[in-house]
Amino acid sequence: MLAFIISRLLQALPVMFTVSLISFAMFAYVGDPVAIMLGQDYTVAQRDALVRELGLDQPFFVQFGTFLGNAVQGEFGLSYRLSRPVSDLILERAPATLELAFTAAILALAVGVPMGVYTGLYRNSWLSRFFLTFSLIGVSLPTFLIGILLILTFSVWLGWLPSFGRGDVVQLGWWSTGFLTWSGLKALILPSITLGLFQLTLIMRLVRSEMMEVLRTDYIKFARARGLPNRAIHFGHALKNTLVPVITIAGLQLGGIIAFAIVTETVFQWPGMGLLFIQSVGAADIPIMAAYLMLIALVFVTINLVVDLLYYAVDPRLRIGRGGH
Amino acid sequence: MRRLLLVAAAAVALLGLGAPSEARTIRWSASGDPNTMDPHSQNLGTVTMILQQIYDPLITRDRQLGLAPGLATEWVQAEPNRWRFTLRQGVRFHGGEPFTAEDVVFSITRALQPTSNYGIFVDTIERAEAVDAHTVDIFTRVPDPILPNKIASVFMMSKSWSEANNATRPQNTRQREEMHTVRNTNGTGAFRLSVREADVRTVLVRNDDWWGWRVPEMGSGNVTEIVYRPIASDATRVAALLSGEIDFVLDPPLQDLNRLRAAQNMRVLEGPEVRTIFFAMDTHRPELQYSNVTGRNPFQDLRVRQALYHAIDINAINRAVMRGQSVVTGTLFPEQVNGYVREEDVRLPFDAARARTLLTEAGFPNGFEVTLDCPNNRYINDEAICQAVAAMWTRVAVRTRLNAMPLGPFFQKIQRDDSSVYLLGWGVPTLDALYSFQSLLRTRDGQPGNGIWNHGRYSNPRMDALIDRMVTESGEARAATIREALRLYREDVPHIPLHHQMIPWAMRGNVTIPHMANNQPYFRWMTVN
Repeated sequence: MLAFIISRLLQALPVMFTVSLISFAMFAYVGDPVAIMLGQDYTVAQRDALVRELGLDQPFFVQFGTFLGNAVQGEFGLSYRLSRPVSDLILERAPATLELAFTAAILALAVGVPMGVYTGLYRNSWLSRFFLTFSLIGVSLPTFLIGILLILTFSVWLGWLPSFGRGDVVQLGWWSTGFLTWSGLKALILPSITLGLFQLTLIMRLVRSEMMEVLRTDYIKFARARGLPNRAIHFGHALKNTLVPVITIAGLQLGGIIAFAIVTETVFQWPGMGLLFIQSVGAADIPIMAAYLMLIALVFVTINLVVDLLYYAVDPRLRIGRGGH
Repeated sequence: MRRLLLVAAAAVALLGLGAPSEARTIRWSASGDPNTMDPHSQNLGTVTMILQQIYDPLITRDRQLGLAPGLATEWVQAEPNRWRFTLRQGVRFHGGEPFTAEDVVFSITRALQPTSNYGIFVDTIERAEAVDAHTVDIFTRVPDPILPNKIASVFMMSKSWSEANNATRPQNTRQREEMHTVRNTNGTGAFRLSVREADVRTVLVRNDDWWGWRVPEMGSGNVTEIVYRPIASDATRVAALLSGEIDFVLDPPLQDLNRLRAAQNMRVLEGPEVRTIFFAMDTHRPELQYSNVTGRNPFQDLRVRQALYHAIDINAINRAVMRGQSVVTGTLFPEQVNGYVREEDVRLPFDAARARTLLTEAGFPNGFEVTLDCPNNRYINDEAICQAVAAMWTRVAVRTRLNAMPLGPFFQKIQRDDSSVYLLGWGVPTLDALYSFQSLLRTRDGQPGNGIWNHGRYSNPRMDALIDRMVTESGEARAATIREALRLYREDVPHIPLHHQMIPWAMRGNVTIPHMANNQPYFRWMTVN
């Protein structure tokens, strides 16, 4: 088990290295940070001085080496745009993104799984058909459009929920939370629906097809023949056996939710890491972009590892001797 | 009992004194957030729109953008190379420090540092000297008649506060630590900073001790608290205004204006901005980089430049692309800028036939190909303007490929002079003609400011001589020089001007604020009912 974890962690290193190399190579195309920092009026001498100070006159691999050396020590420098340490900025924004992603994931699971089970069991009921039609909307509409439609309905027409921002937050140490205030909770509703809708429909469709698959198997027929109650068959035997693919997908999607919260955060001006990243792209703020991409790579690597470990918990076959086959 | 009542009454009276009758909060939004709270670091509209409320310059602007006494009550060019400023008495910084001549000397020296982006406003200054506690002399290297116009953009900081907080220079990128001034301020202005969370909210509260509340025409507003919350997405910003979460939006998107006008209890203020949109061409290289013409550069021929000018149907652009939100122009800057001459603001008429004739005369009967570089997120409808013009040029056989890109790559490209023809928008913070002429049309010679944005490398010795005269001349002679330069601009077609941008502001019906052509809201004049 320990050897497994260590080998997975070692595998993660080349992944992180490749991500940093690719992202660093892309920065040559995002624009000239110096031009953006200097604004409309500057002298050639000022420009040269700044280029030297930022080390942008160095060859690519020297720049990359310096960046890697600093990154290993957790030192990402100062943001070009906000003149503040990158690590401070990311730490300040992380709670907003994580709370949003967490809420969206819970929503997707808590609604998606029961809906999937229901539509799997009662394939022809009108409610199932409604759920399936509804899920088409979730899959096919782009996130920003869903966000705008929700804002239009619930903020502009009905005036129930705020259209942007995080509401009031409470500081618990360095973590800022919106869970403890009424306005913070209200502000979470629309963005988490927007962010979670795609995942919700995906999980629902996945659970449905897995359920239909499992219900046809021999052991379910056998269980019925033994006269077990429906409830035990559906939830104790059928659902449990659908969970391996669901956990894989849901876990990987959680990484996706964190990484692709960018669009939702932009639509709702949600002050998380995605919004920070988008605004950094506009300003060619390389230190932030580099740190963010590394962080997202790390999140994916970690989630992959956790998902692998969860298999052990869910699937007993994996626990019984790895050398069996 | 009676005594108790008296005490209570006195307490009520005391509480009521000094504080305005009612708390009035204005919640407003725009797409961008200020990068810093340092007054001499980043010369950007998004930074000034907040710092404007917190810091005062020596000379401030009135509602027509004319010069008005700020922290200086009088100023005079005592000698050709020396300006004398008399400072306002009894002014204090928000932190309680008295404002004196030492602070002025300090602030000007700070703006002169190489890490400051405000160099253009102090470019001629050699040094500043305190004569006494409330008199300052500013010495210039050359006679500078427009120093007051430039000094109006330099905010005054407290020397002792800056020294105590290790902030005597604007941002130094080599430092690994955050500077105190990135998130803290200490000005003399009408509002003081109370909360600063980048990209989330910036809260200012009224400074009741501000000198301007007692000066007629300077502070007539009744706002006690300003909450600024940036919203990057256009649709969300409009939605927040419509749903009542925001009272005032500085940059409503053009496509939503009709909807906002039709909404109840909503007002759209329209006015011109001091920003001119034009095309500039590479007139320097012997052969264009992005064209099929070999052996010569078509843009070096005046007739070709005139032909492209004649080919533009500016009214169609005004109507269809800008939805009426532009002021069509034939000159370099709008009328708010000192030096504007209405007689020189005349366009070459739209005349496609004439354009073809000129091209034939210039030796291009079959036209030629060229690539137009254009930003797609910098100016109002920039890409749509370029699309329309590319079609118009193609119609007169100048087959135009459009290369539209975000502002980062765009500015990187044109700043390497790596473009054959490009669209640019130019604002004039000094509100004086020299700024535009010097940056856009002067031959680049390494002197600060000269030709720094002249990326077509237009070079005309006559133009250079006129621009150099603008630097030192004053009065009627200078006005005549500017007029001559504007005439030359019209005749020599170094640019193809299009229009000045209009900037609509949108607000709830109970909010009033004067519309300013520099696109800066002055909350000292805002009233909320």
